[in-house]
Amino acid sequence: MKRSQRLRWQVTAIASVAALGVAACSSSSSSPSSTSTSSSTAPLTASAPGITPTTITIGSHQPLTGPAAPGYDEIAPASTAYFDYVNAHGGVYGRKIIYKYLNDAYDPTTTTSVVRQLVLQDNVYAIFNGLGTPTHLAVVGFLNSEKVPDVFVASGCDCWDNPTTYPETFGWQLDYIREGKILGQYVAQNFKGKKIAYFYQDDEFGMDGVKGLEDEIPASQVVAKESYVDTNVNIAPQVAALRASGAQVVVSFSIPAFTALLKLNSLKLGFNPQLVVSNVGADPITLSGLLEAYAKQGGATVNGNQLTQGIITDGYLPALSTSDPWYNLFVKIHNQYDAKEPLDGNFFYGMAAAYTFVEAMFKAGRNPTRADLVSAINAGLPQGPFVAPPAYSSTDHDGATGAYIGEIENGVIVQKGPVMTTDTTSTGAVTQYTGSTQSPPASGVPSP
Amino acid sequence: MSTLPRRLGVAVIVAVIVGYLSIRLNAFRDFQIAQIAVEVTAVAGLTVLTGLSGQISLGHAAFMAVGGYTTALLLLHLAWPFYAVLVVAAAVTAVAGAVVGAAAARLRGPYLAGATLMLGVAVPAAIAYAWPATFGGDQGLNITFTTPAFLGVNFPPTRWQAWVATLVALIVLVLLANLDRSRIGRNWRAVRDDDVAAALDGINVAAARIRAFVVSATCAGLAGALLAIVSLGVGPGDFTLTVSIALLTAAVIGGLGTLPGALWGSLVIVLLPTYVTDVATSHGLSSTVGSNIPPAAYGAVLIIVMLLFPQGIQGGLRRLLSLLISLFFGPDQKSRTWHTATPHVTPSADEASAGQHEKEGTS
Repeated sequence: MKRSQRLRWQVTAIASVAALGVAACSSSSSSPSSTSTSSSTAPLTASAPGITPTTITIGSHQPLTGPAAPGYDEIAPASTAYFDYVNAHGGVYGRKIIYKYLNDAYDPTTTTSVVRQLVLQDNVYAIFNGLGTPTHLAVVGFLNSEKVPDVFVASGCDCWDNPTTYPETFGWQLDYIREGKILGQYVAQNFKGKKIAYFYQDDEFGMDGVKGLEDEIPASQVVAKESYVDTNVNIAPQVAALRASGAQVVVSFSIPAFTALLKLNSLKLGFNPQLVVSNVGADPITLSGLLEAYAKQGGATVNGNQLTQGIITDGYLPALSTSDPWYNLFVKIHNQYDAKEPLDGNFFYGMAAAYTFVEAMFKAGRNPTRADLVSAINAGLPQGPFVAPPAYSSTDHDGATGAYIGEIENGVIVQKGPVMTTDTTSTGAVTQYTGSTQSPPASGVPSP
Repeated sequence: MSTLPRRLGVAVIVAVIVGYLSIRLNAFRDFQIAQIAVEVTAVAGLTVLTGLSGQISLGHAAFMAVGGYTTALLLLHLAWPFYAVLVVAAAVTAVAGAVVGAAAARLRGPYLAGATLMLGVAVPAAIAYAWPATFGGDQGLNITFTTPAFLGVNFPPTRWQAWVATLVALIVLVLLANLDRSRIGRNWRAVRDDDVAAALDGINVAAARIRAFVVSATCAGLAGALLAIVSLGVGPGDFTLTVSIALLTAAVIGGLGTLPGALWGSLVIVLLPTYVTDVATSHGLSSTVGSNIPPAAYGAVLIIVMLLFPQGIQGGLRRLLSLLISLFFGPDQKSRTWHTATPHVTPSADEASAGQHEKEGTS
């Protein structure tokens, strides 16, 4: 007994040490570098965590696997391609941007972990374009308490525009309330007297969108509201309910996978309403790929482009067309650095967001602290690729403020009307934007 | 019996090791230590429920949510000291556990699994959407958790979180270990193995089952409370079905019904994804390939552990140990080897079969 007891002791001790030792080995004890500056010709210094005289390291959480991965997993590679282009053309004040994005599989628990890894271990300067509403909500408090710039969140949730609680956080794309209002106004004007139904993701993303829609579409016209959760791909009951309601128009605030499922499930039931889909769930190339893939899983063959034909959506970035200078610039960069990914809305999105970040970094100054980046954005940013200028100010952290209505024709979104702008209040009118768009700089890199 | 001092001794040693590591390692590793402690607290409770009392729960994250939201609300509105909050969070979850347990005591196998699954799905959704004003809806509640003044202003907050979480986890483990060897624990085993026989022996089967649910829910509630201070807030996304399943996975991988198994399982669940991602990216794999490796590795580990060690990592370690002993001391150590002590026992042969062996050795 004595002997076995001693043995147990030893085993417990050894096992504990061994297990914790593994943890120790896999760690790197990095600490923020703080090189002293000897200023004479304003040399580049390590002015903030993640910034060295030669590099700027930023991080992000992206869904590279899981329900939101189809389509969205092209965004970060596109941003990387743009940063590579900037790095090859002089960088930001000579510093090269290193973009480290980790997979969170669109799962908030994982987001919590990977973002801490980026901030606490990799010492990134900022979190850029963290993707997803439920996912980013899990880290927004942490980033703000650590005073890490949390810029250009890849989600249109209105929650990022909260400068008092979240001074470090900035949205980028058109928020879902504005988008809901713009889409809602179009539906109300063009489908008078028709039966309208909503299909939306059961979280802040879908509910913000519905909030905007409700501001514009008379409640008497709405015959059904069905929601889905992103972890359950069986949406047959919801689609059956939409069909039973007799809806002639279905407005959908869904991620691409669920837009595709909505379309296929409707098809199965012989239900063919006019689809109006939020920009985030309406990229034609992503959709058509998903439609074909899902149909194949079910043993059917469909033509993706045929199925997306006629879907109404909106765009806050220019429509993909060779007559647009931004498109031409980004395609040039794409072909050089990211040629594998398709030329769709996601690629454009990633490039455009990266462009805005470089713009902000130039404005933040030669040796920026983290606070400098936040002040630079608070001072306002140029319009860049947006079709209507961003709202950035010290009291408004929303990005794009306007969009045009578009329709999918032969696999591309075609602009169908003028750019409309609005605000996030329930009373603010949706009005036509009178300004024009900007052209990209000839070099393709924003100047200081 | 020298059991209690021995367990306390082990707990102190582990505490010292964790304390040392938390000082040596960077802030992210401190966060991971805290994550492991949270996971261990919840998994230990679940392993007691499933491994000892034989009841399954697919919705344990619901209890974590109860504990987490209780903690967040108390810290936000009343600014109580954390130890008091912990006590209340544990009490509230215990009540929730008693209510669910009373219903669960009537259910078995797939029906119980179904009922708890429903709980796991419904509670986070209800919290988020039923009273958004109180629970903060999808955004949840953000809290602050300050390090005590005596540690100085430069003390890393993550290290303090790791310490608090580890301390609570160790207390829970010591208490559970004692419970396990007590009459209550023996009753659980009796009910698990044959409830009719247990009833004939005068054990109140329903009471034993409810008791197990209360204990297990309390542990999950404490884990939720710890999670709230570690991630500086709670939201419905922290308590999804995935979290419930991960808890069960950790319990099974580690060795169902064993407390050390709860630690092994938690280590795998928390460290494996980061470790594999690091390896994948450092080998220059493209992010598309690299990001698919952690789920694949997770699946592979699950399959390998289940094939090689059906009783989990703890069971595997035990077998390895008995193999080593028979190698070094010869096969004739029958009365002393641990191997012979285990086979007739169900997965619950806990604590490196210490109890079994003691009984056999002394008799």
